[in-house]
Amino acid sequence: MIVLEKRRQPSRHWMLAAPVLAVLLTMVVGGAMFAALGVAPLEAIRTIFWDPLFDPQFAAYSRPQLLVKAGPLILIAIGLSLGFRAGIWNIGAEGQYIMGAICGAAAGLAVYPSASVLVFPLMVVAGALGGWAWAMIPAFFKTRFGTNEILVSLMLVYVAESILASVSSGLLRNPEGRGFPGSRNLSQWDAAANRELIAGTGLHWGVVAAFIAVILAYILLTRHIQGFNIRLSGEAPRAARFAGVNPARVVIFCLGTAGALAGLAGLFEVAGPAGQISIDFNSGYGFTAIIVAFLGRLHPVGILLAGLLMALTYIGGELAQLMLGLPGASIQLFQGMLLFFLLGVDVLTNYRLRLGRGEKA
Amino acid sequence: MLRRTLLATAALALAAGGALAQDDPVKAGFIYVGPIGDGGWTYEHDQARLALEEHFGDQVETVYQESVPEGADAVRAITQMALSGADIIFTTSFGYMDPTMEVAAKFPDVKFEHATGYKRSDNVGTYSARFYEGRAVQGLIAGRMTETNKVGYIASFPIPEVIRGINSAYIHAKKENPDVEFSVVWAYTWFDPAKEADAARALIENGADVILQHTDSTAPQAAAQEAGNVITFGQASDMAEYAPSPRVSSIIDNWAPYYIDRVQAVIDGTWESDDTWDGIGPGMVGIGEISSAVPEDVKADALALKDSIASGEYHPFTGPLNRQDGSVWLEEGEVADDETLLGMDFYVEGLTGEIPN
Repeated sequence: MIVLEKRRQPSRHWMLAAPVLAVLLTMVVGGAMFAALGVAPLEAIRTIFWDPLFDPQFAAYSRPQLLVKAGPLILIAIGLSLGFRAGIWNIGAEGQYIMGAICGAAAGLAVYPSASVLVFPLMVVAGALGGWAWAMIPAFFKTRFGTNEILVSLMLVYVAESILASVSSGLLRNPEGRGFPGSRNLSQWDAAANRELIAGTGLHWGVVAAFIAVILAYILLTRHIQGFNIRLSGEAPRAARFAGVNPARVVIFCLGTAGALAGLAGLFEVAGPAGQISIDFNSGYGFTAIIVAFLGRLHPVGILLAGLLMALTYIGGELAQLMLGLPGASIQLFQGMLLFFLLGVDVLTNYRLRLGRGEKA
Repeated sequence: MLRRTLLATAALALAAGGALAQDDPVKAGFIYVGPIGDGGWTYEHDQARLALEEHFGDQVETVYQESVPEGADAVRAITQMALSGADIIFTTSFGYMDPTMEVAAKFPDVKFEHATGYKRSDNVGTYSARFYEGRAVQGLIAGRMTETNKVGYIASFPIPEVIRGINSAYIHAKKENPDVEFSVVWAYTWFDPAKEADAARALIENGADVILQHTDSTAPQAAAQEAGNVITFGQASDMAEYAPSPRVSSIIDNWAPYYIDRVQAVIDGTWESDDTWDGIGPGMVGIGEISSAVPEDVKADALALKDSIASGEYHPFTGPLNRQDGSVWLEEGEVADDETLLGMDFYVEGLTGEIPN
């Protein structure tokens, strides 16, 4: 009989090994699934993990795309990880991302067609504020009335989606768009465009912001008292209270930071790769970032790597669909496996496996 | 060989590689907004893709990518398809308009065909179907068959194409039955079975006994079947599995002849950007079999209407017609011009509620 025995302390080795093992397990089981679909498993795995980086036909285009796709994921995941460390479960980053994009785009469009250099900075500030304000709603209700932030933040995603639909076909609709929903194209308006900073690299302001967020989060968590408070609140809430940590303040700080970063991600996306506010603007970054945060062990550097890996599975998955004719759902299943195995393997971080009879507790 | 290696170093230049190898089969790519198994819009595009393969055999190779989100991801999907050597790419949803234009500018040697949009360039053509012709036939059947005089309409997005459909159906229902009322629900999705089912149930609870849909799943059909005594129409695809009732007829998109025609033009080297908007006449819009649940006389009238539209004898938007606010749109005998129809953003007189904006 196999018994799970709780470890006194989470194993450091397993904490690092778990993501690697999860990726390997995903490759094995995913490969079996691809084989069942009639595609050579090694070829499928190679197409997903290798071709976007090194295939001569695609790499020149898809390598920079990796940054474009990973940028918002990392930016949002960094914000979420702070809350997750403190035991504050913000599941509504998708809504904060949408509101950031709407507020940022609206601030810009309000001064259209100004060519001032201040337009883009204005939009950045408005985007961050929009996301922050949206996250303050669950923060307010949690600190004031003790509501559950998981439910409130998640439900607000659907509210944000409805607002998105409304402004796309109303307030922010392109007056020259023949009545079709969707705002003006911001990426075609010089003053508002979030351009590629170095041609051919995919590097835009959102990616720069993501890198800065990684560095700041690292410093915060290792060097700053607020980072200590956050970790303490999550690991030992009672001890935190005795140490004089104000729980409400931690909630407001964590949700606010996550909201502002998600809002920024939305703004950089709408002014750059997406180009315009439209009904289908959001494509799930806010939810995928939750996976990225956990895959990265809630550690800033880990999140950076996990964001890149997740982006790789997206872009590689698209190539696999295109080149091997794999169905879209199989790629989603493949990505789902990654989280599933990670959570599964994670048991080993806190428990050890023992063969033989279990001891009575 | 050297030439190939040189080209390979510049991946973007490789797009021109398709033009170098004339003996290779023509590669046709398709970008789909939903899964190919949606049973509606994307399903019909994919059926046409298969018909294309059937028709040309070894001369053509097809690739597709399904469930591509509209926006930034679409740019990447279309670019990768062009990089993979596609000669012609069909982007099959309205939201791919700007992405298609953006990618097309980078690949001047690849032909692009965008469905239901209005932006064109030297290598981007557009195509769409006059679905409103089919809506007229549905409206007639709906007006005659409803007993509660309440018709529910599940609309997707407030864009001209959808508004045209609502107006056309309403005009022809009203002609048959002056007491008919339409309630329109905006689902803000093309494909979301759960949302569509909710919308259908809400409409049925409010007394609607006819449900029209401009969304792609069969969920409203299932909801109608559950409720009983409600009729529906297949959308984009025949949805014959729900015949003879609740599904009493359907609008079927038939893209195959168009796709075959355009790929032939690529093979012949005669492809040029243009704008195609075909209806029942040329066969781009089909009316699915009117089932036995429809009385014979209604069926005969519906088919007569269909024939008169197909022959061009009758236009579904023929005056006298007023706008919702009572102002005159079309005088007696006047026929709507395509420009107005393409930008239609108003309801005709008699429809209640507002178009969201």
